[in-house]
Amino acid sequence: MTVHAIGAGPVPQPRSLPARAGIGLKPEHFREILDTAPDLGFFEVHAENYMVDGGSFHHYLTRIRERYPLSIHGVGLSIGGEGPLDQAHLDRLAVLLARYEPESFSEHLAWSSHGGSFLNDLLPVPYDAATLARVCDHIDRVQEYLGRRMLLENPATYVEFAASTLSEAEFIGEVVRRTGCGLLLDVNNVHVSCINHGRDARRFIGALPLDAVGQIHLAGFAVDCDATGAPLLIDSHGTPVAEAVWQLYAFALDRVGAIPTLIERDNDIPPLPVLLAEARHAERMLERVPAEAESAVA
Amino acid sequence: MNADFAAALLAAAPACPPGLVSWNGSDPAARFAVYRNNVIVGLVDALADSFPVSQALVGEEFFRAMAREFVCASPPCSPVMALYGEGYPEFIETFPPATGLPYLADVARLELLRVQAWHAADADAIKEADVATLVADPESLPEARFTLHPSLSLLASRHAIVSLWAAHQAESAATALAAVDPALAETALVCRKGLEVEIYRLAAGPAAFIALLQQAASFGEAVAGAFAADAQFDPPATLALLLRAGAITGITISRSAES
Repeated sequence: MTVHAIGAGPVPQPRSLPARAGIGLKPEHFREILDTAPDLGFFEVHAENYMVDGGSFHHYLTRIRERYPLSIHGVGLSIGGEGPLDQAHLDRLAVLLARYEPESFSEHLAWSSHGGSFLNDLLPVPYDAATLARVCDHIDRVQEYLGRRMLLENPATYVEFAASTLSEAEFIGEVVRRTGCGLLLDVNNVHVSCINHGRDARRFIGALPLDAVGQIHLAGFAVDCDATGAPLLIDSHGTPVAEAVWQLYAFALDRVGAIPTLIERDNDIPPLPVLLAEARHAERMLERVPAEAESAVA
Repeated sequence: MNADFAAALLAAAPACPPGLVSWNGSDPAARFAVYRNNVIVGLVDALADSFPVSQALVGEEFFRAMAREFVCASPPCSPVMALYGEGYPEFIETFPPATGLPYLADVARLELLRVQAWHAADADAIKEADVATLVADPESLPEARFTLHPSLSLLASRHAIVSLWAAHQAESAATALAAVDPALAETALVCRKGLEVEIYRLAAGPAAFIALLQQAASFGEAVAGAFAADAQFDPPATLALLLRAGAITGITISRSAES
């Protein structure tokens, strides 16, 4: 009952993340963050890691959240799935968002659950009319139930579907137009997908609904190759942000203005100062964003 | 479409679902293999994180091959991955190549309880003074019932699971392991104190006593049961252990018999 009240009650306007750089919060860094209080714009956590009853994750997130703005980033809602949304998972999300009141909540244009199994990866969707209708229904339901706008992240993909009738940018533009959701522009995913599918990354960014961008993600990728030997980039989050991605980030900033930017690192987690240095690099680029670009989104 | 994709992700042999294309005409199967690898390696990694001692006991290569068979047969049923691995000890128990290590499944059970304790609900332990007050009141004491910490669990094994687990926490696991006789039966108490999960080895008396408390027996009933299990049972020492473990979170006293 209390969970339903969250969706049904008056919706307070959530504060927004500052137009600064943040990093993903990792258990390896919990204590050091509290001990050293680094100057940072925000932290981001994966929602599902905190869907447990108690213990150290909640202990530290509670204390860190008191000191920093917070973004909660879901990886398990399966918005692109063929079946209905998992109500139990939506309920867990509602509880988590009520507990931590994050400035931002985001999820992925992907699916991860099917037939009662959770596949633990962000899987691709065909860009066709049926998928568009279903994704929009799911996002409508999420935003209505959680009583807040969500950001949808553009995917990193390795295959395309013969069934697709829209380009990825057209598909995302239509989702944003129909649901009013925001866009989490993952610049690394843009780079990875554009290399993997022979697209022009700058033209792709230009075709996105840039007015809707509420957050930017930057991360590292791994390099593999496809069956013809063409490069196939893997969205591994296990290395520093690549130079090509920093350049694409600068290109995006010129168009969207200063937007809260996350350094994502989920594998081979380095010492905290290494991530803070990457965040400072992003912040220096944010500070250089021309005033007119900034005012365009204000 | 999801069904074909999902089935190919977890198929025993590499497979590729229909309907996939690539911009350069390259075989989509090689690209699909990235997803298959992400899913399987990610789930195997999750098990390796949760069952480090089980992995050390059989070696990384054996553990990952065994885990791979489990994840393809029993993928998670929830996006809350922290608790993935329920059913893995039972899988190990019936995995033919692991029959040479009869204690492996119980060590995995202990590791699963440890993970569950790590994420269990928070509750404040009562203070020593609260128990001292109770013990000083011999009329109330037998009727007292203890609420135990949500993280607390017991695991009785025919094998030396606590010693095997503890040997892997030592600086030189090989030396510590050489001193363990795996065939000795042990009972483990798992309980989180603050943020740290502790594992204790229990004698038969304390094991029976705590098992009865878990079933909401009164202090008197639990003491009687513990003496029946072990004539050497030492109630004060066992209470002291429970206090030290932060295992008691509440005391209720009711003089009338409760059902």
